[in-house]
Amino acid sequence: MNKYSVYIQSLASIYPQDEAVEGRFSACEPDYKEWIKDAGLRRRMSRIVKMGVTAALQCLQNISEKPEAIITATGLGCLADSEKFLQSIGSHHEELLSPTPFIQSTFNTIGGQIALLLGNKAYNTTYVHRAFSFESALIDGLMQLQAGDAGSLLVGSVDELTPTAYHILARMGVWRKFPAGEGASFFLLGNQKMERTIARIVAVDMVSGDFSQDQLAEKRLNFLQKNNASDAAVVSDDMFKPICGEYQTASSFGLWYACTQLNGAGFVLIANSFLHNHTMVLIEKFKG
Amino acid sequence: MDQLKKELKEALIQALNLEDITAEEIVDEDPLFGDGLGLDSIDALEIILILERNYGIRLTKPEESKEIFYSINTLADFIGKNRKK
Amino acid sequence: MSVAVTGIGCVSGLGCGAEEHLQAFRAGRSGLGEVTLFQTTLQLPVAEVKRSNEQLKNHLGLDPDRLFSRTALLGMVASRQAFQDAGFPNEGLRIGLISSSSVGGMDLSEQFYAEYAVNQRKGRLRMVAHHDIGDHTERIADYLHLEGFRTSVSTACSSSANAIMLGARMIEQGLLDAVLAGGVDALCRFTLNGFNSLMILDSAPCRPFDESRAGLNLGEGAGYLVLQSEKSLTPESKVYCRLTGYANANDAYHQTASSPDGEGAFLAMRHALDKAGIDPSSVDYINLHGTGTHNNDLSESTAIKRLFGEQVPPLSSTKSFTGHTLGAAAGLEAVFSVLVLSEGVIFPTLNFKSPIKQTGLIAVTEMMEDQDITTVLSNSFGFGGNNAALIFQQ
Repeated sequence: MNKYSVYIQSLASIYPQDEAVEGRFSACEPDYKEWIKDAGLRRRMSRIVKMGVTAALQCLQNISEKPEAIITATGLGCLADSEKFLQSIGSHHEELLSPTPFIQSTFNTIGGQIALLLGNKAYNTTYVHRAFSFESALIDGLMQLQAGDAGSLLVGSVDELTPTAYHILARMGVWRKFPAGEGASFFLLGNQKMERTIARIVAVDMVSGDFSQDQLAEKRLNFLQKNNASDAAVVSDDMFKPICGEYQTASSFGLWYACTQLNGAGFVLIANSFLHNHTMVLIEKFKG
Repeated sequence: MDQLKKELKEALIQALNLEDITAEEIVDEDPLFGDGLGLDSIDALEIILILERNYGIRLTKPEESKEIFYSINTLADFIGKNRKK
Repeated sequence: MSVAVTGIGCVSGLGCGAEEHLQAFRAGRSGLGEVTLFQTTLQLPVAEVKRSNEQLKNHLGLDPDRLFSRTALLGMVASRQAFQDAGFPNEGLRIGLISSSSVGGMDLSEQFYAEYAVNQRKGRLRMVAHHDIGDHTERIADYLHLEGFRTSVSTACSSSANAIMLGARMIEQGLLDAVLAGGVDALCRFTLNGFNSLMILDSAPCRPFDESRAGLNLGEGAGYLVLQSEKSLTPESKVYCRLTGYANANDAYHQTASSPDGEGAFLAMRHALDKAGIDPSSVDYINLHGTGTHNNDLSESTAIKRLFGEQVPPLSSTKSFTGHTLGAAAGLEAVFSVLVLSEGVIFPTLNFKSPIKQTGLIAVTEMMEDQDITTVLSNSFGFGGNNAALIFQQ
């Protein structure tokens, strides 16, 4: 069924570039006005929407081809807008509520706004499944490119850290291993190797369950052997989460990190774990 | 009337998050929707909230408010005639 | 490579299971009533599933003291039906679970938040632990002992169509042998207030595709299909029909409003027909998105006219029975589309009297029995311009 290989043609990430403050990383955000020129569209966008849309636009900068699908991922979606609307229900006693935060609270807001800004009428969907969100989006994109149903498409993820989410998840003990984080990373994938091609995506795997470190190591080994890449360099979340922090779609930053911050060509395995979700993305880098 | 128009423009800028526009830049007779200020159906809902919250005027059908919402002039005129607070 | 439908499951304001739904359609009885699930000052008709969380847990054989979101419970009810319906006599199949929802466990989160907003040390954490969309999918996976691939989709009102689409693609490309796919949403204050703030809720029963339509009614429920590869079928497998076409296209017109020419809807239907390799004239019935809002029904009927010209097949909106069940709508309507094919019936639209002036499409208003139907098109559209269409064939 796989007529084509899948390549990463371009990528962009908005991620934390400073140290964590009080256990929290904040993404280093660009001047959004420079990227989202349409003030009419920008004015209603909350922070997560601007962050996601801008990372997508940065990824497509200087790219002539039009994505034939826009596939986004988010673990918790537009939290600030969801909370704003929840709060207004309580404080306004269900009367005279502003509809804007409700509209913007839907999980596919970022994908929809990217389509609107680009005037892109192609396939558009959003995956929301904990730390499988980004890998689900990748699998969808991979299938379309491998079958030749699309020649190039955009896959990306975004999550925002709000004070409330930080606080509630801290009470649950989610930030024990890494500080809380956030960010947006987008990838233009295609099925033709080009001059600018950064890497080939070899395989993606998702496993759920409560595994020991040894069990996970064994799963990684099996995955690499199955894909004839036993010599792959491993980028584990111990390497990239001290930079981007912990969040449901942090593995997309891991992929960006492996593509841009790691020296040398060859196979690289990006391995991520978040609670019961364990993912592996194997790439073959062409450029050091 | 001029005070009402100024008040309205400021309320619009705030509620609709028109970040790059000042009250002085909104021309009283220019269309608010479409080619004018570029407002849309979501903004119409926000304007309905302004009317009810600030002036006690209740509108329930956004699609029947087109003429009232045409410009600052038509909006101020309607509020002047129907306001309850 | 085609995708067989071998199991169906549904729960909505009309009842639980295919049989209760068929009875309601035949009796012309909608699921609408007053809000009873939560405190609200809004007096609007809604189509609730007429079982409390306790009754649902009892029905599912779950520990009554264990906390589940209503979304997860409704999802378990319908997905179990579909799963059992398919039977799966052969061991060793790679079975995936792809679910969807528009707000996930918001029914619990909003209760948590009411306490948390007053005092940040308050609010029981287990009430908010089910907030994320993935939670209900994980609960379904646990309940049905599905240990393989699982994910969740959330694209507002078209969510479950996109879940079904991913399932079909994974089967076609040989990644899975069978997929349980669909969606669920429980009614909650968040969505009721949200749609109320959009001023698109009708205080009377909704009138899809009628000139006098004045908005939608919300509902809740869940609808799931079991999809299987041809290879995985056994002589004992009961095949309802096949999912032969699917497509998703973005309207790219406005965050919430549909374009006047229905471009996104047109493209979704057009591409789904292309995928199935059939002409518009092959379609015997259209299950409309048909929410009853001014904007959707005009845009959808314009798109249908553009695609079908003067040869528009019989069409109806089952949302006049179930209300708009949001993330569950496309899953429920996929189940209804399968029933149209297997039962040879066409479901009516309630409250339809006069066609929309601009487009003049006449909705079916009486249950039609003994129909010879081979091809059904089901539309589902959502915020963010997300338009999806599925095609089921004998």
